[in-house]
Amino acid sequence: MANSATIVTNPDPIWGKLTLDSIPFHDPIILTTALVVIMVGGGVFGAIMYYGKLRYLWDEWLTSVDHKKIGIMYIIAAFIMLIRGFSDALLMRSQQALAVSESSGVGYLPPEHYDQIFTAHGVIMIFFVAMPLIVGLMNLVVPLQIGARDVAFPFLNSLSFWLFVVGAMLVNASLVVGEFAATGWLAYPPLSGLEYSPWVGVDYWLWALQISGVGTLLSGVNFFVTIIRMRAPGMSLMKMPVFTWTSLCANVLIILAFPILTVTITLLTLDRYIGTNFFTNELGGNQMMYVNLIWAWGHPEVYILILPAFGIFSEVTATFSRKRLFGYTSLVWATACIMFLSFIVWLHHFFTMGAGASVNAFFGIATMVISIPTGVKIFNWLFTMYKGRVTFDSPMWWTCAFLITFTIGGMTGVMLAIPAANFVLHNSLFLVAHFHNVIIGGALFGYFAGLTYWFPKATGFKLNETLGKWSAALWTIGFFLAFMPLYVLGFMGMTRRLNYYDNPVWNHWLLVAGVGALVILVAICVQFYQIFASIRDRKQNLDVTGDPWGGRTLEWATSSPPPFYNFARTPQVVDRDQFQYMKDHDLAFKQPADYSRIHMPKNTWAGIVIAVLSGIMGFAMVWHVWWLAIVSTLAMFGSFIVYTFQKNKDYYVEVDEVKAIENAYYARLKQTSKSDTQGEETETEPGVPLSMPA
Amino acid sequence: MSTIEIQHEAGYTGYVSEEHHHDYAGDTLLGFWIYIMSDCILFATLFATYAVLSGSFAGGLTPADLFDLNFVAVETGLLLFSSFTFGMAMLGAQQKNMTQLLLWLGITFALGGGFLSMELYEFYHFSHEGAGPTSSAYWSAFYALVGTHGLHVFAGMFWMVILVIHILKDGITAENHTRLSCLSLFWHFLDIIWICVFSMVYLMGVM
Repeated sequence: MANSATIVTNPDPIWGKLTLDSIPFHDPIILTTALVVIMVGGGVFGAIMYYGKLRYLWDEWLTSVDHKKIGIMYIIAAFIMLIRGFSDALLMRSQQALAVSESSGVGYLPPEHYDQIFTAHGVIMIFFVAMPLIVGLMNLVVPLQIGARDVAFPFLNSLSFWLFVVGAMLVNASLVVGEFAATGWLAYPPLSGLEYSPWVGVDYWLWALQISGVGTLLSGVNFFVTIIRMRAPGMSLMKMPVFTWTSLCANVLIILAFPILTVTITLLTLDRYIGTNFFTNELGGNQMMYVNLIWAWGHPEVYILILPAFGIFSEVTATFSRKRLFGYTSLVWATACIMFLSFIVWLHHFFTMGAGASVNAFFGIATMVISIPTGVKIFNWLFTMYKGRVTFDSPMWWTCAFLITFTIGGMTGVMLAIPAANFVLHNSLFLVAHFHNVIIGGALFGYFAGLTYWFPKATGFKLNETLGKWSAALWTIGFFLAFMPLYVLGFMGMTRRLNYYDNPVWNHWLLVAGVGALVILVAICVQFYQIFASIRDRKQNLDVTGDPWGGRTLEWATSSPPPFYNFARTPQVVDRDQFQYMKDHDLAFKQPADYSRIHMPKNTWAGIVIAVLSGIMGFAMVWHVWWLAIVSTLAMFGSFIVYTFQKNKDYYVEVDEVKAIENAYYARLKQTSKSDTQGEETETEPGVPLSMPA
Repeated sequence: MSTIEIQHEAGYTGYVSEEHHHDYAGDTLLGFWIYIMSDCILFATLFATYAVLSGSFAGGLTPADLFDLNFVAVETGLLLFSSFTFGMAMLGAQQKNMTQLLLWLGITFALGGGFLSMELYEFYHFSHEGAGPTSSAYWSAFYALVGTHGLHVFAGMFWMVILVIHILKDGITAENHTRLSCLSLFWHFLDIIWICVFSMVYLMGVM
């Protein structure tokens, strides 16, 4: 910790600011965590080496440019980081349940450790859990939904993923070597400046976000081009599946917002490393500019997280109501409106800064206006269910939980948008409750719905439905228990980020919130068990047809998991719900007469190598090890240049191979439909439990 | 939905009757164009920063004390002219004329180098006079904005060298032509940014 470790101010030429003292041997909590992480990591690595799987991992996964594999890796990484982020949440909840007054003690976390925990929690949950979950789902689904064989730039996709991993690793390294920022997740100066945060915590924050932010920007460009240029013939923009539409809007937001983050972080980096005065207290620095800049990125960022979740709910609602989405056009326009409006509301994050009544009024009204297109969407989903033949599979559980939870979160958001009310509620637990309400009850429930929905597409077997419903129910109950008390505490005047308080009245509510966090812990354990049990019992949940839910869009028109080339023949789109159309006209599950060879990208070492070098560069910069930073930067650019000189980056899959794979799929299909018709008369088509209501 | 309309023609199978060749170069050009738009946002943020801090001299030197418009005019001339020469290089590439391509690229490189040297000299001169990046918030913003543009010019020149090696190795192939088109977009984009820098920083700085 900063108070007990030696803060090196003049770095050594070889080791920079690194000393043995940088490793927190004296803190039992951190040391135990670090040991467990190192042992688990070492165990996994040992197992890989023991079974001789390193080659397989490298060839099939680490160097893969297949969007489906990259998507799966994003999601695995997100779950690993969820464990870390949620552990932080448990630490905070237990600390606040305990630290009520001097008489009953001050909890077990010293302030500077507590401050790092809430910072790490926010950073990890937004950047390294929510972002990879949604980028992972986009990777998995978008190319399949538009009938493409990969993304536009497969190498960049791999690079984006590994840059994100490197960013996450830097955050994790800060746990063991040095410290993390103790500034709050957006690191406002002057607190994050050199004067008040002299050691390496903020530097870890800077480089982790900078590196993963560049990766996100590349993803944004990649998916934008993919969606604009690689849709199957016939798929006009207004025939795109809704998830693709919301992903497109989210990627436009990434392209427009992430450069602002890049600049803001760079300016803070310059302040800390070479002594410029953008955000300092002296020589004309302006901290308010930082707050404006970071939220000019930060507000679009929350819509980057939520818009694709809206898309997932739309797909899920339509599929499980067995009818077309109600008001597709209005939903697309609502998404586009939100995309635009998200750029003109950033000031509502700091009404109290003192911009003046007219400025606050403008941003307050603009914020409230966003609730109109969002409300439109709620009605889209409700009317899709209305008169539909709704089946309550577990994705629908998440959707229903979302509809209720998110509407409450939206209403408290409108309350916060009233500048006068905001002066009272700003920085209180009411705010904390609000944004968890929309991020958990909106974005996260959406990702879980999407994960359950598309899991069979990615793996070839469904997740256990019973356990899925349990985890949805427990998450919802846990959420309400954990966050409704925080609304109350906000009204009672409790501010956020307190590691100690002396008002015993608050304690009851914080105990309830603590219980809520434990219920969520159970929900997460159920989710992990669900994944384990589903893999164990995969033979019983096999998805042979590729269409386990009776889906409506193109991703269900191929096998599960799809062959690496996705579609043996490119679909010709005539309808918005293309696959449903094919099923209705008896075109689905029919093997094409012939195939032609398929052009595919080859795997490449370049993505992972460049990203790892950038990680070394980031670590060297954090610790002021200049020689290493220079060497790794040169190596990074060098390996990219070597990559550009490489020939044969792509190849053709020959007809014979395509034929073999496709024949096997259609043979399996035939077998299942035969055994199905023997058992049950009603099922005429594989994978379509209910026919379209006429 | 009470009825399902039939929208397809006879013989429709759900799949294209013949696979089309995909225009990969078009993907790259659109992707690069979008990247440039995001770079535009990056510069917009730096311009906004500069505007906010444009009066924060902290009692130190102001641009009016140091800027020499004649000097900057020559600098600007070099960069604007280099856009023209890059255009000539692209014409050479279109005609598959290696000599013309390399000659004009060489001139473009020299002009870029001249621009960059003048900028570095200016930075050195200002710092020497007491207006370094740490002197005041204004000068921090000045160096960040003008320096980021300079860094882009440097990156463009570096890219030019690598691309020339590519071209000498493989000739003006389709792939190299796409790369040239991207670099050309990048180079002209830097010109447009410089016009904004010239107007907002230098002209408004002395007025």
